Amino acid sequence: MSEAALEVRGLSKRFPVSTGVRGRRRYVHAVDDVSFTLRRGRVTALVGESGSGKSTVARLLVRLYAPTSGTILFGDRDVARDRSRRDIVRYRSQVQMIFQDPFGSLNPAKTIRHHVERPLRIHEVVRPGETDNRVHELLRTVGLVPPEHVAAKYPHQLSGGQRQRVAIARTLAVEPTVLLADEPTSMLDVSIRIGILNLMLKLKEERRIAFLYVTHDLASARYVADDLLVMYAGQLVEQGPVEQVLAKPLHPYTQLLLSAVPDPGTGLAAKRVEVQKGHASSAVDPPEGCRFVSRCPLAIDVCSRVTPPLVEAAPGQSARCHVNAPAPAVFATAS
Amino acid sequence: MIAAVEPEGTGLADWAPGEAIVELRKLVVDYGVERRTRAVDGIDLTIRVGEIVGLAGESGCGKTTVGNAIMQILRPPARITGGGVFFRGEDLAQRSRARLRRYRWQNVSMVFQSAMNALNPVTRVSEQFVDMMRAHERISRRDAEDRAGDLLELVGIDRRRIRAFPHELSGGMRQRVIIAMALALEPEVVIMDEPTTALDVVVQREILQQVQDLQRKLGFAVLFITHDLSLLIEFAHRIAIMYAGEIVESAPAATLHSNPQHPYTRGLMASFPPLTGPMERLVGIPGSPPDLADPPAGCRFHPRCPLCVPGGDAYLRQTTERPALRRVEAGHDVACHLAGGAA
Repeated sequence: MSEAALEVRGLSKRFPVSTGVRGRRRYVHAVDDVSFTLRRGRVTALVGESGSGKSTVARLLVRLYAPTSGTILFGDRDVARDRSRRDIVRYRSQVQMIFQDPFGSLNPAKTIRHHVERPLRIHEVVRPGETDNRVHELLRTVGLVPPEHVAAKYPHQLSGGQRQRVAIARTLAVEPTVLLADEPTSMLDVSIRIGILNLMLKLKEERRIAFLYVTHDLASARYVADDLLVMYAGQLVEQGPVEQVLAKPLHPYTQLLLSAVPDPGTGLAAKRVEVQKGHASSAVDPPEGCRFVSRCPLAIDVCSRVTPPLVEAAPGQSARCHVNAPAPAVFATAS
Repeated sequence: MIAAVEPEGTGLADWAPGEAIVELRKLVVDYGVERRTRAVDGIDLTIRVGEIVGLAGESGCGKTTVGNAIMQILRPPARITGGGVFFRGEDLAQRSRARLRRYRWQNVSMVFQSAMNALNPVTRVSEQFVDMMRAHERISRRDAEDRAGDLLELVGIDRRRIRAFPHELSGGMRQRVIIAMALALEPEVVIMDEPTTALDVVVQREILQQVQDLQRKLGFAVLFITHDLSLLIEFAHRIAIMYAGEIVESAPAATLHSNPQHPYTRGLMASFPPLTGPMERLVGIPGSPPDLADPPAGCRFHPRCPLCVPGGDAYLRQTTERPALRRVEAGHDVACHLAGGAA
C-alpha cells in the first residue's frame, strides 16, 4: 500500500441551527466521526445522496470550514488545528479542490492565462520570468492545445468540459499532492465526462496525486476509484476496495443505492426495487441508533437503540450494520 | 376520480404500437432574428397511444425545444419556421388560441425540469391544483380540492399534505406533485423533460417505477426527454437520439441497446462506465457539440466522428452531404452515410 497523503481521524462538523427552548443550542450533525486515509497514487471515491455530508467532508479537508472535532493529519501536522492564514495558505499549496460548477468558478472578465498564473504567483511556485512557460505546460497537461491560443481566451469562449480542464490546470499549478474533486463532471455533457475522468486517472498515474472523488454516481466511482467510501446522514456507513464493495455490499444502504442505478439490459419491470418509505434520522441532534433504521429491510430491535460502529466484516471492508457487520461486543451483551 | 383503463398488454414484450396521437412532420424551429439559430432542423417523430418514447441527447441539441414545440409554448424569439406539430392528424398551427388553450394540459401536459422551481413557493399545493383545474374547467373549489387529494394519493403522497407549502416537501415529493398536476386533466400525452435529473438515484428509481405503473393503469403516452441514455434503455419502448437539431437514430429500446448503428449513439453508450462486468478505459466522444448558429457542413457529427477520416472512401460525402434517416431494419432508422453497410 502506498504512503498516506492525508489521514482523517474522527472528523466531525456541526452547524448551529436555532436556539431551542430555554436557550439550548441545537446543531445539524453534517459530518459525524468520519475516518479514512487518502494515499498517493490512489483515487478514493466518496458517494452518498444529497445532504449526506459528502461535500462538507471535501470542504473540511481543504479548510473552507474549520472542523468541530477530529484531526486531519498531513505529514506529521494536524492541520485541523491551523488557524492562521499563513498556515492555511501553506497547506493549500499542497491540497487543492476542483469544484462542481466550471461556469461559476472562473472569472468571466479574466483570460485563461490570468486564472492559471494566479496560483503560480500567490504560492510563488516559479520565478516571474518563467510564468508563461509554466502556464503553457499546465494547459498542455490537461489537454488544452495549442496552449498559447487557449491562454488568450476568456471563459465564455470555452465549452463546459474545457472550462473544467482550466479549473484542473489551475489546481495543478501548485503541484499538489492531494486533489479533492467535488462532483467535477456532474454539470458536464455526457460525452465529455469520460474525458475528465480519464484526466484524473492520468494525473493519478503520472503525478501520483491522491484523489478524493466526491460523487453520487456509483458507475463513475467504479471507473476511476480504487477505494470506496459510502456516506449516509453524516456518517460513513461502508468502506473498502471499490470492486469488492460493489460485488458484495454489506450495508443495506449501499445495497439499495446499487440496485437503484439504471443498468441497461434489465428492464425496470424485471428489476423492481422495493424502496422502504421513511427518512434518515433527523440531522439536527440525531437520536442514538442506526440512522438508516426507518428505511432498512433488515432492521432488528437493537438498531433503533444502539448506533452501530464501523466493523471490519470482510478483509479491508467495514460497515456500520448490526446485522451484516455485527460488533462482537454488542452481541455478547445481547445474548 | 380518474378512470382507470384496464391494463392490457402491460409487459414490455407484448407491447404493440397503437395509433399515432402526436406527430412531428419535418419540424423546424429557429431562434433569433439577426443571428439565426436553428435549434430543431426537420424532425419527424411520432408518439402513439400508450407508448413511452425516449428522446436523448446532450445539452443544446434541441430536445427541450422539441418538447416545448409539442406543448405549443414556444415564445419569440423561438418560432416554428417549417413543418408542424399534428395532434390526431390536425395541424396545431390552424387552431385558435382558445382551442390551443384547451389542447395544453387536457390533451398534452408537461412535467418541467427541476421540480424545485416549477411550484410557486408562497402558495399552498392545494391552491396550485385549484388554480390549474379552474383555469381549464368549471369546477367548484371543494370538488377541485377533492380531486387534488385523489391525485396526490395516486402518486403515493398522503392527501393531507395538500395543505403543505412546497418547501415543506422533499425534492422527490415536489416532483411527484408536479406529475400529479400533469395527470389532473387526464391527458393523452405527458411530456417529461428531465423529470428526475435533480434527484438522487434511489428517489429517481422510485419515481420512474411510479410513472410506469401509472402509465399502465391510465394508458397515457409519454415523451421522456433526458441526457441519460442508460436510464431510457431500461424505461422507454422506443428511443430517438438527437444531435445538433436532428434525429440521428431511432429504434426500439432493446434494438438500440443491442445494435446501435450511428457512431454518435455508440459514442454515447461508450460514455457510461458499466456498473458490472469487465472494465476497460473508455474514450467517450472527442470534441464538443457544434454551435447551432453555424453547424458543420455535411453530416453534423463528422468533425467528431471516428468513421470520418480524410482520404476515406466516404469522406467527400460525409463533409458535404447531409445524411437522411434510412431504415436499416424493422423499426430502426439511422442517419449515417455508412449505416447498414452502404458506403
